[in-house]
Amino acid sequence: MNPNSNWLMKSDRKVGIVGYGSYIPRYRLPGSEVARIWTNGLSGSPVKEKAVAGIDEDVITMSIEAARNAIACANIDPLNIRAVWVGSESHPYAVKPTSTIVAESIGTSSNILAADWEFACKAGTEAVQASIGIVGSGMAKYTMSIGMDTAQGRPGDALEYTAASGGAAFILGAAEEAYAIYQGSYSYVTDTPDFWRRAGEAYPSHGDRFTGEPAYFAHITSAASNLMEIMGSSPEDYTYAVFHQPNVKFPLRAGSMLGFSSEQMQPGLLANEIGNVYSGSCMIGLTATLDVAQPGDRILMVSYGSGAGSDAFDLLVTDKIKDKPNTYITTQNYIQRRTEVDYATYVRYRGKLKE
Amino acid sequence: MRNVSIIGAGMIPVGEHWATSLRELAAEAGVKALEDAGIQTVDAIYIGNAYASTFNQQTQLGALIADFMNLTGTEAYTCEAGDASGGVALRNGYMAVASGAIKSALVIGVEKATDIVGSARTLARSISLDADFESPNGATLTTMAGLLMRRYMYEYDVEISQFEGFSVNAHRNGKRSSYAMYRNTIREGAFAKAPMVSDPVSLFDSAPDGDGAAAVVLVASDHAKDMVPQPITISGSSVKTDRLMLQERDNILKLNAVSQSAQQALKQADLKISDINLMELHDSYTILTTLSFESLGLAELGKGWEWANNGGEQIDLTGKMPISTFGGLKSRGNPCGATGIYQAVEAVHQLRGIATDNQVIDARHAFIQNLGGLASTVVTHILSIENV
Repeated sequence: MNPNSNWLMKSDRKVGIVGYGSYIPRYRLPGSEVARIWTNGLSGSPVKEKAVAGIDEDVITMSIEAARNAIACANIDPLNIRAVWVGSESHPYAVKPTSTIVAESIGTSSNILAADWEFACKAGTEAVQASIGIVGSGMAKYTMSIGMDTAQGRPGDALEYTAASGGAAFILGAAEEAYAIYQGSYSYVTDTPDFWRRAGEAYPSHGDRFTGEPAYFAHITSAASNLMEIMGSSPEDYTYAVFHQPNVKFPLRAGSMLGFSSEQMQPGLLANEIGNVYSGSCMIGLTATLDVAQPGDRILMVSYGSGAGSDAFDLLVTDKIKDKPNTYITTQNYIQRRTEVDYATYVRYRGKLKE
Repeated sequence: MRNVSIIGAGMIPVGEHWATSLRELAAEAGVKALEDAGIQTVDAIYIGNAYASTFNQQTQLGALIADFMNLTGTEAYTCEAGDASGGVALRNGYMAVASGAIKSALVIGVEKATDIVGSARTLARSISLDADFESPNGATLTTMAGLLMRRYMYEYDVEISQFEGFSVNAHRNGKRSSYAMYRNTIREGAFAKAPMVSDPVSLFDSAPDGDGAAAVVLVASDHAKDMVPQPITISGSSVKTDRLMLQERDNILKLNAVSQSAQQALKQADLKISDINLMELHDSYTILTTLSFESLGLAELGKGWEWANNGGEQIDLTGKMPISTFGGLKSRGNPCGATGIYQAVEAVHQLRGIATDNQVIDARHAFIQNLGGLASTVVTHILSIENV
């Protein structure tokens, strides 16, 4: 079926990003360390290194860090936030919301919506889509949508090279106050079992090479090309493109299949430095891109969550981006704050030794 | 016994056909072969398939595929001999038509490997080894090939790099074929540095599993001439077996069933190995190609690897003995139980002169050999152009 304008998601009242913030824990595990332990150093790694949460960090503490940065960036009173939504596949509790702890910690009122979202790696962008709806309808002045993970990789599995910790928070509000305006968005989902973690399991399972063509590439390219067709745009209309980045190769290839250059993807492609931060992956790619964006820049952002689906967003950067507070901590600040750990320390920090 | 000819042949590219089911793969190749033969029905359908029971939890492929092809009611069943399943299905079709029991047969090789992935597939593949003494101890086809290759290297003082030309040749040919799964070239020197799968068998040494289906239509040669312009004769057909387990063989570096099956097929065709213009060997591992050359009498013991010298120049499309002309298992891909039929279709294309960029000039006799396990079942067919 050819894309048609009914598929576009666009609110009556224009909505934008009024504040954003990221968080990356300081520890880094080089891919060569994983290779040293599991393949006598013979394997290559899909990323140089990955970010590892410290022993006292989890999705709740990291979400609070990113949310505080977003509030500082927005320079708003948290009491005006009407929803706190946290997308993750590593919520510390199976039952008990991450979002209420985050909300209370950042000083929202109790008169809010709060919930945890799950859709593998697109849980965070799904929460952004919902925020566009709730702010766009006038039900809320501001909402907070967070994508954050301490991703699980089974020791020795291919995913252990990349499964990383980090993410980003976005405050959505009226377009007039926004650093970047959502011009339109679109979602594309199918029943594609490429990657999953059953209840009670510590580590995910995946379909090896099935996670590529029929999963990541099919959904990213469908979502991106359908949105561009509906918007009447083409790759050269965008200053930047940000894709979900499970490694370095996949987003570069998806971008090139769609007609984007590596220069367009460069500011938001962080996988080589921080690994795959799952629900936070393309959201933190977007914060890094907004950090360097100029008024008038247009950004395409496409997430991917296994199981499977993609959210695609068309963003236009406004003049307000020049007025961002100086106190704001950039994503690159976090990338540069780096302490290398060895595999044994990583095992201890991530609780991988079980009795 | 009547002479038997191939009057139709079809195949689909080997690959990861995630969205295509076992029955769809089989029907696509089957319809291609029937259309090529210009007929709509056959007396019997024989399926070459090795792992549907473990990859797909499916048996009775005969009824399944006949029904899906709108040929409900036709005699149809699976022939199985591990990775030699395609070969034994062709042998079965040949005997049925030769005997006069049936007039026409459609032989389909099919494998749907990507329904399972990773270690589950490796386990599912190892059912062709000895289930009492090999697979329960962790043996897989690749680990056994590794043991075989290690022994060969020890006995004859050969290095890994000396096997390189077999893979280089396979990929050189596969690059030219739209049916091949991996159409990349292997650079000189890259083979010995490739990641190990089961030492000394590396990623560039072992053939990749893939989904695939290929089919041929068989009729008596007397009728074939009136049905299609270029029928291809099956001039030799033979199946031989060896001890299932390597450890039971007197000398693991001699593939006895390869020798015996080849000799019988050549005798039937009244040909010598030197009359053969091209071979499709079962090159799932370079050690099998090496040992096949020795067991076929084309190299002295310990010298089979020399056919790989200089990037395999003696085995390329213009060499002394072209092999893996469409990429072999290594580059075309290893569709497991469908392999024997792929070899037959590739040979038909060569003999008809329609192999385009992969054509071996003036090919008159093609030798195809399909191995089950580590040559525990060996099927040889010799295909020849009609007017010899």
